[in-house]
Amino acid sequence: MIDFWLDSRSGVAPYLQVVQQVRHAFRLGMLREGDQLPTVKDVVASLAINPNTVLKAYRELEHEGLVKPRPGVGTFVTRSLPDDMIEIYRPLRRELESWLVKARRAGLDHESIEALVASTFRAEQDVA
Amino acid sequence: MTWLTWRQLRLQALTLGLLAAAIVVVAAVTGPNLADAVTGNSSPYDQLTSTDRTLFTAGIVVLAVLPALLGAFWGGPMVARELEAGTHQLAWTQSVTRRRWLATKLGLTTAIAALVVGVTSLAITWWSSSIDGAVSSASGALPERLTPVSFAMRGLTPLGYAVFAVALGALVGAIVRRTTLAMAITLAVFIAIQIAVPIWVRPNLIPPTIETIAFSQKTFAGITIRGDQLLIELHTPNRSDWVIANETIDTDGDPATVPEWFRDCLPGVDGGNTAPTRVGNEDPLWDCLTQLTDAGYRQRLVYQSADRFWRLQWAETSTYLIVSALLALASYWWIRHRLA
Amino acid sequence: MTTILEARGLGKRYGRRWALQDCTVDLPAGHVTGLVGPNGAGKTTLLNIAAGVLSPSTGTIEVCGKRPASSAAQLARVGVVAQHTPIFAALTVAEHLEMGARLNLTWDDALAWRRLDALRLDPKQRADRLSGGQRAQLVLTLALAKRPELLILDEPVASLDPLARREFLQGLMEAVADNEMSVVISSHLVSDLERVCDHIIVLVDSKVRVSGDVETLLDTHYRLVGPRRDTTRLPSDQHLVEARSTDRQSTFIVRTEAPIADPVWSVSRIGLEDLVLAYMSQPTEGPRGRPLEVAQ
Repeated sequence: MIDFWLDSRSGVAPYLQVVQQVRHAFRLGMLREGDQLPTVKDVVASLAINPNTVLKAYRELEHEGLVKPRPGVGTFVTRSLPDDMIEIYRPLRRELESWLVKARRAGLDHESIEALVASTFRAEQDVA
Repeated sequence: MTWLTWRQLRLQALTLGLLAAAIVVVAAVTGPNLADAVTGNSSPYDQLTSTDRTLFTAGIVVLAVLPALLGAFWGGPMVARELEAGTHQLAWTQSVTRRRWLATKLGLTTAIAALVVGVTSLAITWWSSSIDGAVSSASGALPERLTPVSFAMRGLTPLGYAVFAVALGALVGAIVRRTTLAMAITLAVFIAIQIAVPIWVRPNLIPPTIETIAFSQKTFAGITIRGDQLLIELHTPNRSDWVIANETIDTDGDPATVPEWFRDCLPGVDGGNTAPTRVGNEDPLWDCLTQLTDAGYRQRLVYQSADRFWRLQWAETSTYLIVSALLALASYWWIRHRLA
Repeated sequence: MTTILEARGLGKRYGRRWALQDCTVDLPAGHVTGLVGPNGAGKTTLLNIAAGVLSPSTGTIEVCGKRPASSAAQLARVGVVAQHTPIFAALTVAEHLEMGARLNLTWDDALAWRRLDALRLDPKQRADRLSGGQRAQLVLTLALAKRPELLILDEPVASLDPLARREFLQGLMEAVADNEMSVVISSHLVSDLERVCDHIIVLVDSKVRVSGDVETLLDTHYRLVGPRRDTTRLPSDQHLVEARSTDRQSTFIVRTEAPIADPVWSVSRIGLEDLVLAYMSQPTEGPRGRPLEVAQ
């Protein structure tokens, strides 16, 4: 089951963080159709956030068609990432892993790698 | 709320209960022997051992001190400690109204105080009843139970004092809101009142007997010298009476000093008591006294007769209990309108 | 939106000093409302009056539809975690629960013991030997087991370490998720309030400066940074909350529903703490003196 966290300094509203984390998990194939999201009570007990926040997030996800509540049971994921998406991820992930090995061997530390990736990513976004 | 109050008072109440039980046991064990030893004896004081005398004094001390201690340790902290710790808020937010809170605390605490002090007083009063006022053939005597020294430590009155002291402590605690300060003030006020009552209140609780009598050998008790004044004292009907005033009055009924010529009349007056050694008209003392009577002087006795002991006890105890009820109402008013 | 607490012109005086003066507040039912303000603003006084522990000197207040402490039944509907979490030092944890069961009209014993078990509190432990966090949890248990309609918490986590604080808020939020309960919690730690509250009231000098739904407030307040500008030149649909200027630069915090069109401004959202601070730093006499009410 997915485990949420809250970044109180990110400036992003708590409910939005929950939505983003569900979407993120979905995109990485960690959430599949039929999986149950944690109950409101469980989320609230672990994060110490207002239950309305969780309810709002789950409502938003339902609005996006990603989840559906089953009264008395819980909230369940209604879609899966298409299997071919996971297939597409696999070779890309392997390429990334070997690139990382190369970068390490070249002497880059953790921060340098992150900076390199971020700036390349941003440059790519600006062009696109 | 009763449970909570008892739980907070439990340890002290049980300790006091044990103390009271111990006193009852000692009284029950030694009492009958004591009564046997002194019954029918003309000078019972001489029959007393030093243990007996110590126990007698201890009995008076215990009953004198107990109400004051209860007032300080049970009354003072009752409201003050809760205010200091903020625990009054805890009770009040557990669906207890302020009235129920105070009524239960005061009610249970004074009830336990009354019970403990009542039982102790009963035991000590019963034990001392055979030797109150015991006289000796030589010198020394035990105080009569109507006198201020004993009256407050006999019968019902200690019970009334205990209830009063606790109620007083609760009110003081509510006003000053600090436990140690409340204890000190309660003690001070209680002691002041206990000193004032025998002087101003008790003599008039029941209208005292006032007699104006002539000097006679039968009634003559003695002459004392205070400074340069002579004071004549006469007997009241019963030795055990509580004499409130014993003063010489002139023809107008006003208190008067004994005239100078009386002193010159008396034989060998050089200080200390003189008592008639011979009965008869040739007695020079009797002559002087007769002259005094002819000159219009009388003696006024104001006293509470010995048979009034229990009436006075009831009167004083109920007065204290009524005042305690008023104090309780004052505490409630203070808490409701000034405190919270 | 129904109100669970309604105060009108509420005041409390000690001698010549007013701890609370002319306070008018509406607390929405079914929400967790945070009460913030500087020390001496009257938060504790207001909460104590609402709890029925203090009588007001002037004004009126109704909690759950009745005057506080007017009856045992009214007291039963309000649960309180008072400042400094007072407990009976000589009583054990179990005895505190027994007290709660005996004194209260409504008492859920099963809930109380379930909480104790989950918190791993030793029932035989004397209350004065508990840690600060355990004390706070005990008092919260006593308040929750009453099944109140309104739960009042006065700075419950102020003196707790971060772990104890987090655990307390977790327990509190779990209870809110379980019950239809309104909560008002006063605190200095705005970051805690941001997680836990969906409604906020800022109280300064006994006056409500702003009261509203947290998300709506955060969505409608912005920080504008730009070249130095006179405050009177702001468009009419932008309400100025706080203004700061150096000789070159102006920083404004404004409230507005409309988008900000002027390109000279660098616009950013502000966090709850900055928003609260902005309202707290306003002068006592505002332009019209009326508080800002923002509905959901």
